[in-house]
Amino acid sequence: MVKTKTKVNPEIGMSGKRGEKVRSDCHIEIELTKRNGVIIELNSKVNTLYGEVIKDLILQVCSFFEIKNAKIKIEDSGALPFTLAARFEAAYKQINFDDNREFLLPFNRKNYYKTQKDRLRRSRLYLPGKEPKFFPNAGLHKPDGIILDLEDSVAPSEKLAARYLVRNALRSVDFYGAERMVRINQLPMGLEDLRFVVPHNVHVILIPKCESADTVKQVEEEINIIRAEKNFSSEIYFMPIIESAAGVLKAYEIATASDNVCALTIGLEDYTADIGVERTNDGKESFYARSAIITAAKAAGVQAIDSVFSDVDDFEGLRKSVIEAKSLGFEGKGCIHPRQIKVVHEAFAPTEKEIEKAKKIVVAFKEAEKKKLGVVSLGSKMVDAPVVKRAQKIIDLALMYNLLEKNWEEKLQ
Amino acid sequence: MKLVKNALGRLVPIVVNGKKQIPFKGIGKYVPRGKKASPPISSCANYPNDGNKVVKNLKEALIKCGLKDGMTISTHHHLRNGDIVTNMLFDVIHSMGIKNIRWFPSASFPCHEHLIKYLEDGTIHHIEGSMNGPLGEFTSKGKMKGVGVLRSHGGRYQAVQDGEVHIDIAVIAAPTSDSFGNANGVHGKSACGGLGFALVDSQYADKVIIVTDNLVPFPCVPWQIQGNNVDYVVQVESLGDPSKIVSGTTEITRSPDRLLIAEYIAEFMNAAGIIKNGFSFQAGAGGTSLAFIPFLKEKMKAKGVKARFVRGGSTKYLVEMLEEGLTDFILDGQTFDLDGVRSMRDNSNHVMTSPFTSYNYHGKGNFASIVDAAILGATEVDINFNANVVTHSDGLLLHGIGGWQNCLFSKCTILAVPSFRDRIPVIVDEVTTLCGPGELIDVVITERGIAINPRRKDLLTAVKKSSLPIRSLKEIQKEVNEICGGKPSKPKVDKNKIVAIVKWVDGTVLDSIYKIA
Repeated sequence: MVKTKTKVNPEIGMSGKRGEKVRSDCHIEIELTKRNGVIIELNSKVNTLYGEVIKDLILQVCSFFEIKNAKIKIEDSGALPFTLAARFEAAYKQINFDDNREFLLPFNRKNYYKTQKDRLRRSRLYLPGKEPKFFPNAGLHKPDGIILDLEDSVAPSEKLAARYLVRNALRSVDFYGAERMVRINQLPMGLEDLRFVVPHNVHVILIPKCESADTVKQVEEEINIIRAEKNFSSEIYFMPIIESAAGVLKAYEIATASDNVCALTIGLEDYTADIGVERTNDGKESFYARSAIITAAKAAGVQAIDSVFSDVDDFEGLRKSVIEAKSLGFEGKGCIHPRQIKVVHEAFAPTEKEIEKAKKIVVAFKEAEKKKLGVVSLGSKMVDAPVVKRAQKIIDLALMYNLLEKNWEEKLQ
Repeated sequence: MKLVKNALGRLVPIVVNGKKQIPFKGIGKYVPRGKKASPPISSCANYPNDGNKVVKNLKEALIKCGLKDGMTISTHHHLRNGDIVTNMLFDVIHSMGIKNIRWFPSASFPCHEHLIKYLEDGTIHHIEGSMNGPLGEFTSKGKMKGVGVLRSHGGRYQAVQDGEVHIDIAVIAAPTSDSFGNANGVHGKSACGGLGFALVDSQYADKVIIVTDNLVPFPCVPWQIQGNNVDYVVQVESLGDPSKIVSGTTEITRSPDRLLIAEYIAEFMNAAGIIKNGFSFQAGAGGTSLAFIPFLKEKMKAKGVKARFVRGGSTKYLVEMLEEGLTDFILDGQTFDLDGVRSMRDNSNHVMTSPFTSYNYHGKGNFASIVDAAILGATEVDINFNANVVTHSDGLLLHGIGGWQNCLFSKCTILAVPSFRDRIPVIVDEVTTLCGPGELIDVVITERGIAINPRRKDLLTAVKKSSLPIRSLKEIQKEVNEICGGKPSKPKVDKNKIVAIVKWVDGTVLDSIYKIA
């Protein structure tokens, strides 16, 4: 395991946010003392409602870490228990960096669900790992996936605290069935991130700045080590993010680096910076890269997922961008605001024309099967297996979007 | 203080500030007797023939009105947080050495924190009227000499009309007035829209003073306040801070969770069959209420329907509906932004209303019950659909009632609330303060689901086939309590010290607010 040196203050550890504008977060300061036991100074917005519960939790964490004497100052703006515990641990580990014990809250039973390699990944919502206030309601907006981000949205000074927040969120926060994703940091720091997230039923690891198969393999190896140590067996999939010209050139190699790669995606902010151009809505500058990634992904049998659309107020622009992405072969889009999710889902919905064509293909295929014909034909055209597979996918989507009645086949007869 | 249990089981005092009170008896159960109150007969002989009622300053006007210790002085809140007239008024009253005033505002705002020193030194004995922010907090801490009385806008009209509150002197801040006292709020540098909340004051007070910063030659039209009811006119340099008079913050929320609630409101109204030709609704000026309008418009356009009227609090969003032909009328109680002011001034279908027309429960009907759907907020709602709008879950009094109670009489009352705020659950076992009986609240819409009052079987049936997330309040409460880490503790209050009471729209006492321990 690679360890990143963090500045250590041997006297006082602190973590979190304070101030009038802070919401659903807290600031915790811990000073280890020699005597007088644990003294908690709590200044909380919810003191009347949860003051005693907060103090109990803090005492529980102190007991876990065998803190017998300390002055603890808490400024609380309504932080939920998973945030309070994470902030405390982050503050404490500043003082005792070498203490490898982890204070883990009970695992929320609602979070035991699994994922699949070919799961629908139309939308994935990025949540900054340092902002716990966004976590509890994110799943209500029904994204296909939620990404707890440890990378770009987290400043270097907040990386450690974000790891505890993300870990605790994976255990405590209900994401309402969304695929549970974490974007780790660039390697080697990202390998250390894995320790904080993979034992807690993470479904997909997004690997940023991926430029070679080796990056994916390193992540896979590290996960296998942790898997053996922590004794868990669930599959964890990878979504490498291609963000450079070098990465684009190695896209196929990356897509096939592991059986657990479920999708390739592109990060256009970094990619355009890498090739030295401005990112435009038109996207001509990234046409080649996006096409290359789609081609590599499809050739490897994994999904191709588009970058984010960064103007959160331009829903029409987003819609156009998704329709274009879909026409190129992308199956999903990143979202940086919950209101983008609905637009993305709507734009990925199959069109009437697509559904009609798919219906014909599926029916023709079933007819051919019934007649035990080796060849499927539609009119004068031969239809091969991938086309049938694609048509079935469109039918499935149309059913999901309620664009097609369940008994559509009966109605045809 | 002797307490009795009212019809909803809440302990309420039977005497407040020396006056006998009637405990809440149930909705529609209390039937008033007797005659309406009436102001003294005036004689033209006592007023200038040239119609000029302008006096030198507020002090002179108050002296001429016969200001004495223990009187009731009323003000209104159309100038909102930009009001300096009320503060100026009590500076003058204080300088005159007057004590024990009952201040009877239609609402107070944080700018009135200035008056705390007058509550402390005895100039003001107590407040009867919505108490917002610092004044509410002051009251909650048991520092006010008398007991606060909270009424709805309609309840305020009712209280004056029924003679429960006698106003000795009404001070009306008017953005435009002539020297006779005809006044309006749609012209002038301090234009605030309608002056409907001051109507009852002008009709029933013994003496009425108009304070204006825009004196115009007779006639001041339109005359929302009639000069025939006015005793004196005082010209001042400024009524307040125009940027805070019209709030300027009535923008649609950007919070994705609130937008989700707003979307659910429109979808629910559509599924329930409320959105149809000739329907009506009322939504306040909060971020969620405003956010619901674009979703509603989308559905109205798709269905090709038009509303007969919408009730304001008007904002640019309602004005747009009027100007786009999506509603025939705006019936406006108060005006929240400059588009609303402009529209009320220029568009005859944007009509000023008063609590008499809209909300007064002791009238021969009022508009509130005609409205098809009212979308309201709340600080708490309990599993029996009872709701609170005045205190927070920690027991602190921080808000007034406004027209909230009155709006509960709409055909479909929808509370649009987040399921929790930070770590404060909104759905609780029992509300800290009861402001609205659950039998009048039909639907609670949160970002975690929509709960329909089991009494409304018609609504439950109507939305059965929709894809809306219909859940019970208990289910939502359970989920939120899991998120927040258990059930919240109840506020610690001093049960022996009632600091304010909440009146129902008929003047009976609905609940008591206790001193925070």
